[in-house]
Amino acid sequence: MNAAIKVSRLYYAYRDTRVLDSVSFSVSPGNCFVIIGPNGSGKTTLMKVLAGLFSAKQGSVEILGKDISGYPKKALARKIAYVPQQPVGDLPFLVEDIVLFGRAPHLGMFGLESKKDYDLARMAMSFTEVEHLAGRRMDQLSGGEQQRVFLARAVCQDPEIILLDEPTASLDIAHQMRVMDLMEKMKIEKNITVVMVSHDINLAAMYADTLLLLHHGKALCCGPPEDVLTYERLEAVYGCPLLVDKSPLGGLPRISTVPGRYIDDSRDTILNGRIKNAGTENRAC
Amino acid sequence: MIRQRRVVTDMPDILKRIFAVSAILSFVLFVSAILGMSMGSSNRGWGPFFSAVLDPGHTDPTLSVIIWQIRFPRVILAALVGATLSLAGLVFQALLRNPLAEPYILGISGGAAIGAIIGILAGLSRFPGVGLLAFAGGMGTLFLVLSIASGNAISKRETLLLSGVMVNAFCSAVIMLLISISMNTKLHSIMFWLMGDLASADTGQAFYLALMVIPCFVLIFALSHKMNILLMGSEMARSLGVNVSVVTMLLLCVSSFMVSVTVCQCGLIAFVGLVIPHLLRLALGPDHRVLVPASILGGGAYLIICDLLARIVPQQGEMPAGVITAMIGAPVFIFLLKRSRT
Repeated sequence: MNAAIKVSRLYYAYRDTRVLDSVSFSVSPGNCFVIIGPNGSGKTTLMKVLAGLFSAKQGSVEILGKDISGYPKKALARKIAYVPQQPVGDLPFLVEDIVLFGRAPHLGMFGLESKKDYDLARMAMSFTEVEHLAGRRMDQLSGGEQQRVFLARAVCQDPEIILLDEPTASLDIAHQMRVMDLMEKMKIEKNITVVMVSHDINLAAMYADTLLLLHHGKALCCGPPEDVLTYERLEAVYGCPLLVDKSPLGGLPRISTVPGRYIDDSRDTILNGRIKNAGTENRAC
Repeated sequence: MIRQRRVVTDMPDILKRIFAVSAILSFVLFVSAILGMSMGSSNRGWGPFFSAVLDPGHTDPTLSVIIWQIRFPRVILAALVGATLSLAGLVFQALLRNPLAEPYILGISGGAAIGAIIGILAGLSRFPGVGLLAFAGGMGTLFLVLSIASGNAISKRETLLLSGVMVNAFCSAVIMLLISISMNTKLHSIMFWLMGDLASADTGQAFYLALMVIPCFVLIFALSHKMNILLMGSEMARSLGVNVSVVTMLLLCVSSFMVSVTVCQCGLIAFVGLVIPHLLRLALGPDHRVLVPASILGGGAYLIICDLLARIVPQQGEMPAGVITAMIGAPVFIFLLKRSRT
């Protein structure tokens, strides 16, 4: 089966600053693919290249077996939905209008929705559980509700791939889980390939089929979470001591940060005695 | 609370809304046009007016001439100019995400006026010579203002407005300079024209103007859904398949073009593009597919009424319609500015 996304030797730079350097990976269809890495490692830039907002300076990006530059804008928007990290604030529209914007790439020249488009919008709203908010304005909603509205918009776009840039940022844990569970529901019920950026490595480990670790614009490691998440690698990338053990939920890797850099003498003892995730350190990536 | 979308016929809701709003505002426009044609300095009441309109054979020929050759083209011109200015205001407000943007405030009208005066002084014909120079002037000032304010144009609305006001002040100075160094004997008529005068109307000119602005209206309506999406931010718009740079440039050019040709015809009429889109947005919400036809019809009706006031308020003679629109528009602008700060 063809890869949903295939990136080879991708290079991107803002003027003289190199942001992505020879990044290669591929995303299998119907997978959840999570990109992790420290601030400034190029995650958001990579997402924008995948969304077709930036074009690669070198290398290639294939979407569903066809080079991304070969798609007309509207055709690409029917394949890929993109939910940016920081949506524009101060939107004058109602929730239902915003969800309906997801139909835009499917509409004709004058952008007039048919009854079918309204129905799809309503289905998308019930999918992400925002139907009761349909007549509300965006600025009346909480952060978690807003994020679910943007997810509904992406679902309404009826894409094969959804790109989410830090969908759980600034949400409380309940809303984080709700967004992540919705993402998983999209993957399973609608067979949508999900690519997301996350700062929360534990959430990433829980939901990802494949993780990509970016560091200084390079793809350091790509594979299943239990292979990618070793404490040596994470410490080297993030530059801070970490504890990696197994979560009681299904034995997935669990990352804990260790406080007390300036105060706590016992920290060294904790770190020296840390549980090593058996046998995975030397696995090549 | 869920807004119910009941399907009465198979017609999509959005089309129903567009038709309903257009029907109501068409009626308003029609009533304004009747008022504009029936009233004036030689007011003879409704009876003679209707008999002149409905039964042209049996009436006072003077009244018939007044109605059909003086007032009718004037009403048509006012409708076209009002529609153009209000629609242009709507477009600029959407593209610049600034509720105070308007062709006059952005200096486009002033730039177009400079171009037009140069053309008139050079003795060019109104179309295409003067028209093209006005268009060049309008586009020139638009890009000057945008480049002065660039970088923070979108985030800082005050920068954009200040740049516009300054460019506008400069344009006014250039216009005065041009008028004072020219030996043109028609000084009074140029000054009158500058204040926004619809008295020059004849049916042929109104027809030419219609020929140029109506295709612009259609094009802008075709892009109205994309204007909605642009309000979501340019990255979001691009990821929804909108070619943002092409759509933006097209809208800026088309709007500047239609404003420039109306400036050629009737000078500087300020603030129509501020008052009407704002009122309509309050009443109808943010959807540009509804707001575009509404601004066209509402702007037309508004300028017909303003021109009517300009004709009947003075005891003797009349004043330019631009005086009325500025007297209404400037306070509205200040009100909006105060409100947008809080």
